[in-house]
Amino acid sequence: MKYIIAIIQPDRLDEVLDLLTKKEIHLCTVSNVVGRGRQKGIAEVYRSHREAGTLLKKVKLEIAINDEFLKPAMDAIIEGGRTGQTGDGKIFVFDMQECLRIRTGETGHVAIG
Amino acid sequence: MKKPGRDWRWFGCVALAGVMPGVALAGETAIGTALAGSGSGISAADTVWVLLGAALVMLMTPGLAFFYGGLVRRKNILSVLMQCFMMLCVVSLQWVFCGYSLSFGPDLSGIIGSLDWTGLTGVGMEPSDYAPTIPHTAFALFQMMFAVITPALIIGAFAERMRFSAFVVFSLLWTTLVYDPVAHWVWGKGGFIGSLGGMGAVDFAGGIVVHINAGMAALAAVIVLGKRKGFPDAISPPHNLPVAVLGAGLLWFGWFGFNAGSALAANHVAVSAFMATHIAGAMGGLIWSLLDWLKFGKPTTLGMITGAVAGLAAVTPGAGYVAISGAIWIGLFSGIICWLAVTALKSKYQYDDSLDAFGVHGVGGIWGTLAVGIWGTKMVNAAGVDGLFYGNPHQLWVQAKAVGITMAYSFVMSLVLFKIVDFILGLRVKENEEAIGLDLTQHREAGYTLLD
Repeated sequence: MKYIIAIIQPDRLDEVLDLLTKKEIHLCTVSNVVGRGRQKGIAEVYRSHREAGTLLKKVKLEIAINDEFLKPAMDAIIEGGRTGQTGDGKIFVFDMQECLRIRTGETGHVAIG
Repeated sequence: MKKPGRDWRWFGCVALAGVMPGVALAGETAIGTALAGSGSGISAADTVWVLLGAALVMLMTPGLAFFYGGLVRRKNILSVLMQCFMMLCVVSLQWVFCGYSLSFGPDLSGIIGSLDWTGLTGVGMEPSDYAPTIPHTAFALFQMMFAVITPALIIGAFAERMRFSAFVVFSLLWTTLVYDPVAHWVWGKGGFIGSLGGMGAVDFAGGIVVHINAGMAALAAVIVLGKRKGFPDAISPPHNLPVAVLGAGLLWFGWFGFNAGSALAANHVAVSAFMATHIAGAMGGLIWSLLDWLKFGKPTTLGMITGAVAGLAAVTPGAGYVAISGAIWIGLFSGIICWLAVTALKSKYQYDDSLDAFGVHGVGGIWGTLAVGIWGTKMVNAAGVDGLFYGNPHQLWVQAKAVGITMAYSFVMSLVLFKIVDFILGLRVKENEEAIGLDLTQHREAGYTLLD
């Protein structure tokens, strides 16, 4: 079981969600976040000097998946999220120890889907 | 280091430039006061009411901005506010420059006003034929606010996807080539549709000129621009309904100036129009809520405010011509008809009239204009008309003709203007700009921050 955290450009969210759905990955948590990386203040899409040096708006996706879905999930995020510009974001993958469905008490692989 | 001397020189120049026209204006005002004093028939009460009305109608444009702004997605709120405010700036100047003259100036063959009053030349402090008890300039001011809000209404159709530059150019062309002529036809002295020398159709406060006109342009916009990406299934719900409710409240408030102010005097017609306006708005909101309740299980806030606006739009052409009973029926049916247009018609044909500019203002205006031919009565306003229920079925036919002519002209002209602006500038933002949102891509600002 893996846990993915992906930081992407806000305007790529719809595309990424569409592609994830096509690969039958329906479950994810999305949040608005701000942060900074190499893009610094000169965001390609915002073209705004005003934002230089401040934190930029991004979207964070969190997805818990079984191992066989790791590759499809990463492919979907890369395909949907890539514009080729600095600031497209990153994907972090973790090993996940446990998953438990609160309603039934199921654990492990079955609890994810 | 700044040089204070230079700053002061600038300040001196600006101050001088500011004072000089002030001196000239003071001179003109003195002449105006003298005229009013010499028995030119100006009523202070009427003038106050019309000036107050102009201020109330002005407030409707920011009100509309918030109404629309709350309904779009959070990445587009500024674009809508900005478009509405831009109309306040651009159309007001167009109105002074040539708009007023084209609409209300000396008639040319019933089609358009002449350019004799360009720059408001000859429009002074004496009363005009349009309103015998107020200074002509007060009438021009009052009408200016109508010219401002009408193109702003169309924004509801193309919200969230139109380029700002194209919007400004289109709106300016539309005001000059569609609003001004139609205003002349219906309200101008000698205009061929209206009751001042035309075929006798009546429009008290703008059902034809404002609502049908803007509604048909909205329909044309929807056809030329096409749907937003993701419409209808993947469009997020309104991002800030409280803001939309605030906007609707301001609209309702301003509508008293719009309708009751259109009596152009502080008299019994203004009182009657005030009452009719309020009652129809109340009825529209109530009916829409009930229909939502019956059909979808819960009465919605958005339905309530949309219904109120539909009722207010529908009563606009008849506000000063119908009795309270007429206003109740107009409000009731506007709730039903507009609700059907927005829920059934729109989902059947899948057109993306994003904020229902056509469904509410177009359909409400058409219904209300016809309704004057049904419930109009001279008992309320001797200068008005009798409708079907008061023994004059012919008036309904006249109103229907006026509706048909305006619908056709506004739709065709708007279609042509959208196509021309599309060809020259491109109407629609790029696909990734639409995804990022118009606030950042068109104005380089954000309506909301995440921290701080």
